[in-house]
Amino acid sequence: MLDRFDPDVDPTFPPVDPRRLAAALGAVLPPDRLILTTEGMRPYEADALAAYRSLPGAVALPADASEVRAVLRVCRELGVPLVPRGAGTGLSGGALPYPGGVLMSFGKLSRILAIDPVTRTARVQPGVRNLAISEAAQPHGLFYAPDPSSQLACSIGGNVAENAGGVHCLKYGLTVHNILALQVETITGETLHIGSEALDAPGFDLMALMTGSEGLLGVVTEITVRLTPIPAEIRTLLAAFPSTRSAAQAVADIIAGGVTPAGLEMMDGLALRAAEAYAHAGYPLDAEAILICECDGEGADADDETARVAEICRAAGAVQIHQAKDEGERARLWAGRKGAFPAMGRYAPDYYCIDGTIPRRCLPDVLTGIGDLARAHGLAVANVFHAGDGNLHPLILYDAGKPGELATAETLGGAILELCVSVGGTITGEHGVGREKLNQMCVQFTAAELAAFAAIKAAFDPAGLLNPGKNIPSLPRCAEFGGLHVHRGQVMPHADLPRF
Amino acid sequence: MAAVLEADTDLTEALAEQVRSAAEVRRPLRIVGGGTKAFYGRPVDGAPLELAGHRGIVMHDPSELVLIARAGTPLAHIEARLAEHGQMLGFEPPLFGSAGTLGGAVAAGLAGQRRPFVGAVRDFVLGVKILDGRGQALRFGGQVFKNVAGFDAFRLMAGALGGLGVILEVSLRVTPRPPREAAIVLDLAPEPARAWLSEALRRPCPVSGAYHDGTRLHLRLSGGEAGVAAALAQFGGQTGPLAFWDDLRQRSHPMFAPDAPLWRLSLPRTVPPPDVGDLVAWDWAGAQRWVRSDRPAEAIRRAAAEAGGHATLFRAATPADLRFQPLAPAVLALHQRLKAALDPAGVLNPGRMYPEL
Repeated sequence: MLDRFDPDVDPTFPPVDPRRLAAALGAVLPPDRLILTTEGMRPYEADALAAYRSLPGAVALPADASEVRAVLRVCRELGVPLVPRGAGTGLSGGALPYPGGVLMSFGKLSRILAIDPVTRTARVQPGVRNLAISEAAQPHGLFYAPDPSSQLACSIGGNVAENAGGVHCLKYGLTVHNILALQVETITGETLHIGSEALDAPGFDLMALMTGSEGLLGVVTEITVRLTPIPAEIRTLLAAFPSTRSAAQAVADIIAGGVTPAGLEMMDGLALRAAEAYAHAGYPLDAEAILICECDGEGADADDETARVAEICRAAGAVQIHQAKDEGERARLWAGRKGAFPAMGRYAPDYYCIDGTIPRRCLPDVLTGIGDLARAHGLAVANVFHAGDGNLHPLILYDAGKPGELATAETLGGAILELCVSVGGTITGEHGVGREKLNQMCVQFTAAELAAFAAIKAAFDPAGLLNPGKNIPSLPRCAEFGGLHVHRGQVMPHADLPRF
Repeated sequence: MAAVLEADTDLTEALAEQVRSAAEVRRPLRIVGGGTKAFYGRPVDGAPLELAGHRGIVMHDPSELVLIARAGTPLAHIEARLAEHGQMLGFEPPLFGSAGTLGGAVAAGLAGQRRPFVGAVRDFVLGVKILDGRGQALRFGGQVFKNVAGFDAFRLMAGALGGLGVILEVSLRVTPRPPREAAIVLDLAPEPARAWLSEALRRPCPVSGAYHDGTRLHLRLSGGEAGVAAALAQFGGQTGPLAFWDDLRQRSHPMFAPDAPLWRLSLPRTVPPPDVGDLVAWDWAGAQRWVRSDRPAEAIRRAAAEAGGHATLFRAATPADLRFQPLAPAVLALHQRLKAALDPAGVLNPGRMYPEL
């Protein structure tokens, strides 16, 4: 289990007397922004990957950038690891506390500082909820485009850390395409202003590097995001197919046809029946797969695009095509999709969500392959995912109460990710590597590439204190668990480089 | 379907060997593609590392909207291939001559007229294969749009001017050509034009280019029939030739004559023009302003910074002049550590971006 930090293959730090840590943090934070009791720290012991849990040594709740800096200084001076945490909705264990370390929550840094409709930007603190930005921008006819399913709860700081996507990123891009500037505090004690409201900045593209760096490089204390005009018209189409294969073919054909829908989602039979029972979205229960396709733009263009999509779906074998008649029906179709994960509770007490991305042309074969792997492991898998991006979310259904089932689910998940890599894809499209996919990183990257990541990390954080044991596996870990097949004791390339 | 094409000009091994031997003796390398952007950045005193022979489209899957090509592949070659399939490079890299290569375009990170509307060069880069400063071939990213495994080292290469790695191969997201394009010209002076645009861009509209030549505002519209028609009706103005936008891209406009000094100011599009000299034109809806000025570089940079942006000496009279806005000390130190992480011997294009890098 990856929730145990393993001294042989994960970073370790000399122990620090908990009383000393408490006293040092107490000197820089008021008592109501510092949690030291086991009871009080329980809510922070896991993120949304709830199978992984561990207790930190302290939870810090800074309320401004100077308190963030002060906590970072304490960690630097005492050599204590620090894990940043947004809203805790992450699915890869990225906010799993390092045992005995400091967990920094951004719950108190939750103000929208400015919305400017002329520059179409918003300046926000990292703890602001994703959806709150769009709500604040709405009176100006603007919205913040990236919309992860958890947007009600997830924070923009977490979105930056994970380079979050969402159902509309096919057309509107990921977080990295929708942010302009960051204020970053480093563990070495510097405040960096990265990016600007201009469209580029001198030097290397640190915005790109920081985005998606999972809290390993620095702590973001302020974010300037780009706002997008709300599209004139939105059309939402539901297409039902007799097989996942034909639905997957339709997806490839839509993109190949030069159409860029605002969203293109797919659910297989198992997923759509659970979602229907849960959300009463109006999905056809006899279908083996559905696509939800959204086209937006000027009315006639959205109509044209919708008509082309319908035609392509029909040609690919769709048995039923239905366009939402009004906003209420559109909201219902999406409620089913966004409720698909919780709906899985109907089939099994637990599910394990996988996040591989593959070239769209491989969708039919990979979905078939996932079905075969699931049967071989004796577990059911439901598929509900961002088909237009080729971003799969197989949900492995299991019962943690049954001995060995979680381990089987993890093995199956690893096999699915390796299948994604083998067709030219990636182990994570939007959930991040976190703690969960460390071992699969060894499959996707060579030892030299992982060493380059480690060197980049060390350029920001030479002592390796920020979110240790996440995102980038150590080479010994790859030797032990991953596909690298390097062995401990063997001469590693660049033995001078720090490992973490 | 994907097809493997022109696999016969892969110079990875030879190039890696050149980097390895240069690193051993700490001999600087000057990375050269088509040589069309040699004026951009500071001169590098080093042995040339020639990429032009490392060429060929490795993969183009029109249905996947992905193209992978070696760094030395001429842009013209790539664009011709894409055009056959009704596709294009969304970042519309500016051309400074027919020899321009894909690797050079990505390393320079210069985006064309669509920049404010569709994104930067790095937004279209899905993955890269590079040689680091030790001569190791590394792959970052891949061929899918959503990919958050590891750090975004592939986006980092765009605009790094070769200082963090020798780009060997780039995987790109390509763009379907829009169904409809139109060009219009509006008789608006620079400042009223910027104000007018700011207002127009608050609502969805299919603008794909907004350039002011000092006298008139040129707009390009790209999108669906209805969206473009609605914008044409709403904006009025006179119809202009679409070829104007090709000329801009080819830098055949007199403004881009290789006279120095030419300054490029990257500013928030909504700020008034800083007092720095002759504003000859603006592009990117006002976010990129071209200035001819003999004022001291420091004064121009200070004014750009106060306006919320930065200034680049795009064409310099004295090649060794500092070209890019100096970095804050902490940011520069971080740049140096990053450079040392990927190029410990400091052999890759040293000094091209900053003397300290």
